[in-house]
Amino acid sequence: MSTITATPTAIPRRRYDHARASLGNVIRSEWTKFWSVRSTFWTLLTLIVTTVGFSVLAAWGASTHLNQMSPSDRAHLDVPFNSLSGLILGQLAIAVLGVMVVTTEYSTGGIKPTLTAVPNRLRVLLAKGIVFAIVATVVGMITAFAAFYAAMPFWAHQHLAAQLGDPGVLRAVIGAGIYVLASGLFGFAFGALIRHTAGAITIAVALLFVVPLILNALPGGWGKWIYEHFTSNAGGMILTTVPQTKGLAPWTGYITFTIWWLVPLAIGAYLLKRRDA
Amino acid sequence: MIEAQGLTKRFGDKVAVDDLSFTVKPGIVTGFLGPNGAGKSTTMRMILGLDRPTHGRALVNGHAYAAAKAPMREVGALLDAKDVHGGRTASAHLKSLALSNGLPTARVLEVLDLVGMGEVADKRIKGFSLGMSQRLGIAAAMLGDPQILMFDEPVNGLDPEGILWIRHFMQREAAAGRTVFVSSHLMSEMALTAEHLIVIGRGKLLADTSVSEFISQNSAGSVRVRTPQLESMRDALARAGVKVIDIDGFLQIEGMTTDQVGDLAAANHITVHELFAQRSSLEEAFMEMTRDSVEYQAHYDDAAFDSAMAGGTK
Repeated sequence: MSTITATPTAIPRRRYDHARASLGNVIRSEWTKFWSVRSTFWTLLTLIVTTVGFSVLAAWGASTHLNQMSPSDRAHLDVPFNSLSGLILGQLAIAVLGVMVVTTEYSTGGIKPTLTAVPNRLRVLLAKGIVFAIVATVVGMITAFAAFYAAMPFWAHQHLAAQLGDPGVLRAVIGAGIYVLASGLFGFAFGALIRHTAGAITIAVALLFVVPLILNALPGGWGKWIYEHFTSNAGGMILTTVPQTKGLAPWTGYITFTIWWLVPLAIGAYLLKRRDA
Repeated sequence: MIEAQGLTKRFGDKVAVDDLSFTVKPGIVTGFLGPNGAGKSTTMRMILGLDRPTHGRALVNGHAYAAAKAPMREVGALLDAKDVHGGRTASAHLKSLALSNGLPTARVLEVLDLVGMGEVADKRIKGFSLGMSQRLGIAAAMLGDPQILMFDEPVNGLDPEGILWIRHFMQREAAAGRTVFVSSHLMSEMALTAEHLIVIGRGKLLADTSVSEFISQNSAGSVRVRTPQLESMRDALARAGVKVIDIDGFLQIEGMTTDQVGDLAAANHITVHELFAQRSSLEEAFMEMTRDSVEYQAHYDDAAFDSAMAGGTK
């Protein structure tokens, strides 16, 4: 169309030669979005406070009732695991944040300007995921080490305090950090799949927190298999340093948990590409 | 430049946009006119790649919008001003958009000043009035200094001052060479703003014409004359071979100008007390054109209305 070049004034008037919606730029954009809503800070603070608080409570409770423990319970006593057990509640905060990172785009309508600015939808989802994963890992590590060191004084009275150098302990504490990442991405995946805040949070919390407890009641070998392979039951094994009566090996469990968020995320990504925004 | 080529969108059985083809050219404001539910927003969403066309395609500067390297350089769009996270400040919202396309963040304050919102840059969006949200949306559209501006019903819910501001803004940007594509369901608004019109009804193209052409074609008028010598006038007009109707003591004449009627009266020595052209308004012309394609028609007559009201108060 040669007629277009004959417009009265040359538009655009500004030269932004480096302008492009590259992955790096979209990550910068998502980083700004992530930190520019107040709920991000408060949810991360909730993660840290809840995890450290309940880990300390668990350490205090278990260490003071040590002499009432049965010999078999003593044999399975896992001091580092106990000292990180606040994650059972803390994981819900990061999962909720993971859900909201995606679903608030839909609940506010912000997804339309987002996808208009960057029509490559998978790039948007990837950038969101990378930003969230970086934050979840860093905050997860801070949470894990804080919980571990806050709980140890309670065990020191019983001369049971664990050291990072003890077998499996460093792996358990770092494992707690990446467990935060996995439970966050679990929420993120269901947010991308369901696109609805309340629905995604309900499902994520049910699958991470409620159902794993209920499954403990399942009888027989298959019941044990389902229990062991279910979401947080599998993922939580990365926090253990002593073999438990039920449960997968630490890394087997963590990889199983990874599959739990990877599959819904893949379906969510496929649907994001297919569906009308 | 925007091109729609056989754009079609079905939602289940319902055809929202039906084989729509048109071209939007730079340098002028093009109005996208149609009753509510005609498929204007869906068409705009398909142009931006937010909705996937069932058939056909939309091209922006000759390619699919999603293929743009820096989309915000090509199209600045405002669909619904309330589609933003209210928890963010205006500047954080614009900064995140600027960063996504690698635009300098200094541009954020420039566009906020452009729309007269520099002072609320650090205020959270949830406190904004609809007018402020519209301006923020226009600021966002201008971030990339794009070649094309596309606004969906931008004057909805605005006060007169806001309407005037947006109207002048669009005309100024079109004059500067941009392609400006703006939807509305109000013909009167488009007559003041746009130079070219694309009219749709029930997803189908009804007209693709300049505003002046639309006016001359669709407001074909008649002439009314009042005279004490009614019968002489009627006979004279009958001899001239034109159609005459009696309305409210006037003679209404189709197919003659006021000049011709006046000359005819003078030639026949008829006294004329009143003579004027009767034009149907643009709004009437638009309603006439889209009558069959209005989504939800009101079907009540006065009697039915009265009885319904009476029933309600019993």
